[in-house]
Amino acid sequence: MNTYVPSSAEEKRLMLEALGMKDADELYADIPEKIKIKHLSLPEGISEQELSEKAEALCRKNKVYTAIFRGAGAYNHYIPAIVRSVISKEEFVTAYTPYQAEISQGILQSIFEYQTMICALTGLDVSNASVYDGASAAAESVAACRERKRSKALVSSLLNPMVISTVETYCKANGMTVELIPGKDGVTDTDALTSALDDTTACVLTAQVNFLGCIEDCRIASDAAHAAGAKYIMYINPIAAAILSSAGEYRADLACGEGQPLGMPLSFGGPYLGFMAARKELVRKLPGRIVGQTLDSDGNRAFVLTLQAREQHIRREKASSNICSNEALCALCAACYMSAMGKKGMRRAATVSLSNAHYLAKALDSLGFKRIYSSEFFNEFLTSCPVNSDELMKKLDCEGILGGLPTKDGILWCTTECNSREQIDRLLKICGEATK
Amino acid sequence: MKLIFEKSVKGRGLSLLKEPDVPEYALSEGLLRKEPLDLPEVSETDISRHYTSLAKQAHGINDGFYPLGSCTMKYNPKIDEQVASERAFTALHPLQPEESAQGALEVMYECSKSLCEITGMDDFTLQPAAGAHGEFTGLLLIRAYHESRGDLKRTKIIVPDSAHGTNPASAAMAGYTVVNIPSAPDGCVDLEKLRAVCSDDTAGLMLTNPNTVGIFDKNILEITEIVHSAGGLCYYDGANLNAVMGIVRPGDMGFDVVHLNLHKTFSTPHGGGGPGSGPVGCKSFLSSFLPGKTVVRNDDGSFAFSVPSDSIGSVRSFYGNFLVVLKAYCYILSLGASGIPDTAKNAVLNANYLKHLLEKNYDMAYGGICMHEFVMTLEKIKHESGVSALDIAKALLDKGMHPPTMYFPLIVHEALMIEPTETESKETLEQAAEAFTQIYEMAVKDPEYLRGAPYNTPIKRPDEAEAARNPVLRYIPEK
Repeated sequence: MNTYVPSSAEEKRLMLEALGMKDADELYADIPEKIKIKHLSLPEGISEQELSEKAEALCRKNKVYTAIFRGAGAYNHYIPAIVRSVISKEEFVTAYTPYQAEISQGILQSIFEYQTMICALTGLDVSNASVYDGASAAAESVAACRERKRSKALVSSLLNPMVISTVETYCKANGMTVELIPGKDGVTDTDALTSALDDTTACVLTAQVNFLGCIEDCRIASDAAHAAGAKYIMYINPIAAAILSSAGEYRADLACGEGQPLGMPLSFGGPYLGFMAARKELVRKLPGRIVGQTLDSDGNRAFVLTLQAREQHIRREKASSNICSNEALCALCAACYMSAMGKKGMRRAATVSLSNAHYLAKALDSLGFKRIYSSEFFNEFLTSCPVNSDELMKKLDCEGILGGLPTKDGILWCTTECNSREQIDRLLKICGEATK
Repeated sequence: MKLIFEKSVKGRGLSLLKEPDVPEYALSEGLLRKEPLDLPEVSETDISRHYTSLAKQAHGINDGFYPLGSCTMKYNPKIDEQVASERAFTALHPLQPEESAQGALEVMYECSKSLCEITGMDDFTLQPAAGAHGEFTGLLLIRAYHESRGDLKRTKIIVPDSAHGTNPASAAMAGYTVVNIPSAPDGCVDLEKLRAVCSDDTAGLMLTNPNTVGIFDKNILEITEIVHSAGGLCYYDGANLNAVMGIVRPGDMGFDVVHLNLHKTFSTPHGGGGPGSGPVGCKSFLSSFLPGKTVVRNDDGSFAFSVPSDSIGSVRSFYGNFLVVLKAYCYILSLGASGIPDTAKNAVLNANYLKHLLEKNYDMAYGGICMHEFVMTLEKIKHESGVSALDIAKALLDKGMHPPTMYFPLIVHEALMIEPTETESKETLEQAAEAFTQIYEMAVKDPEYLRGAPYNTPIKRPDEAEAARNPVLRYIPEK
């Protein structure tokens, strides 16, 4: 057993003695005897060495693929060594929310820098300090657009299904209605969108790079939303954002997305990072922590948590959101990643991911894996599967390759800069053999 | 300190990615970004030194005593971090086949089972990413339950006025009207007031026990009975479970739903604000409503995902903050059946010992034995010397200590809420008490000095009013 309690038995005895007690059980005099439990039905604690061995055994039951061609919401991008190094600094890892600004300037400044970079990426004015992940960021964005007479959200059916599901859960809870806008040729059907807009529409939410990997021209959705007096929310892929038109250029009111590609490992789904940015007029609608710049009593620049009158600890049931803990360390990770990559590195990651996908798509096409939609795409695309997809995936698996995601309409392939040409050719060889 | 943008020099940068080895694809011009992407141009040395200097201006658990009440800032074991950094966990794609991630599924399954045993619940979801997220999720289970029975008039959630702000905020997000009830003079639930508000419109009650003033509400069985008799459900906010884990279980107190804060009770680090993890447990009659995917064990011993039949949907993507769950599981394995209650006892012992040491100079908001934390009221000091709870907190910064939680709970005036946790030694508690004593003496002798504190921190007191009045929320270079 390892409880991390530093006090020795004698020290505990002395503390109890000071309290006039003999046994620590006396501390629980207020708890009714009949509900106290005798013993937890769990194994006894183990030593660190045993834990280490147990963890190794668990690791052996997980398969680490040598090549990953699957995305669908989690992307295997290259993570610079400096990022891992920075985010393991224990002052960052083990600190709490920076309530005490005087001893938390490091964390506050790191968030302020993160907010600045998210603004740069999205082309919008203000960013919060993070929310849980892309799906909850989308849900919070929709909630932020609600107005007294506008409680309907028009949501593209081509967003990641988990994002849609989360938006629906939040909206069902807060009384907003969600209307899904169908897709057409792999992108959101803007005619259907336009006809669904009315004076009860609070917002339109579409993805710039949708679940099928297709790139949507968001101008039409944005203009249509604004013409109807609604807000436009753009769900973005942060790597693609380095080369694609920004949310600001599309005059989006809010932008949000999954920040995991910005230096976070796949980690079986989390921790990830929900980023959110908005036009400055909407800053008081944003959920969660926001860091602002001010001066200290000596007149030096200082950073603090600000605009807290939006938040749960002040506003309680009238708060813009209930969020308290966020993903601060992941925000730090993203800021460090963007600093290390810089504009050039971000563009390189985006263009190589994109180019790999187009190289793969073209080659797959010649093997009979035909693209289902012809729209421009980023680093994911859906193809038909001329062979049994389960069998194909098993063949790839045997070679250490995680193939594309089988869906009901075909296979959703993904590449990043981590997929070398050699890897792609190996994948193609197996796919080619499978079709023979 | 300079911002990273102010360290930017045109032309600097790292060489991180290799040259592309496939033909470069060009997207149509109309889709491309026109505005420049303004990121800093810095070297690896610049970045490394920048974050090292930022780290020096942060206060982590290893920088000193951190008795931040209600936040359970206990030591974060290194082995848990080490396990969670294994590539066999970090490199797992959330959508890779179940059979290729059996180790991860086993962690999720076993962790859920352990949490069930610790809380007296029947099932858990690991999807919620933080405590407040768990509250929201738990309330949606309550709502789904009432709706499934066609009981649509239950629109109210009862919350004591001593509750964390997240409780009423979560209730509002879940579509409920919040009914605040004042606490009794002893800081506990006022049974008469509770009875008075319980009716056929009560969806449920949210409660922490021990409560936010650090007292175990001994009427807990009556409280949950009153709510149940009215047809409502009882929600346990697990923020304070560290005091009683392995001693008494929310399920045995009469609660139907519970969330835990793995980043508090189960020792995972808080990352400067997150990531946390807020798993939600429930009694079996609510299990079919759980969000996302749960893990089941097949007859052959393998693990598989399962989607609850009447699920409320998803509250985020995938399966929650998996790596945080993994760290918490490691912690549970280390402590085991005896270590868990032993941890709770030491947390309570430490709190009572520190309270005992501080009582000489400081007034406690409530008498008697406390649980894992206690609340002081500095009203008298404020009245006599003009020194506020804020001033005392700021003076503690000069002593190298993270101050307690300030001005919470709202029912106590000039409150300082102290939670030492079990991972501090007797010696640390005595040193902290000594620091408090010195500050008390200073409050009597030279209150003006304390109003100027802190003196030895990287910055002096910041102007928060100005920050809110004229928000500057990102760096804008001077033209």
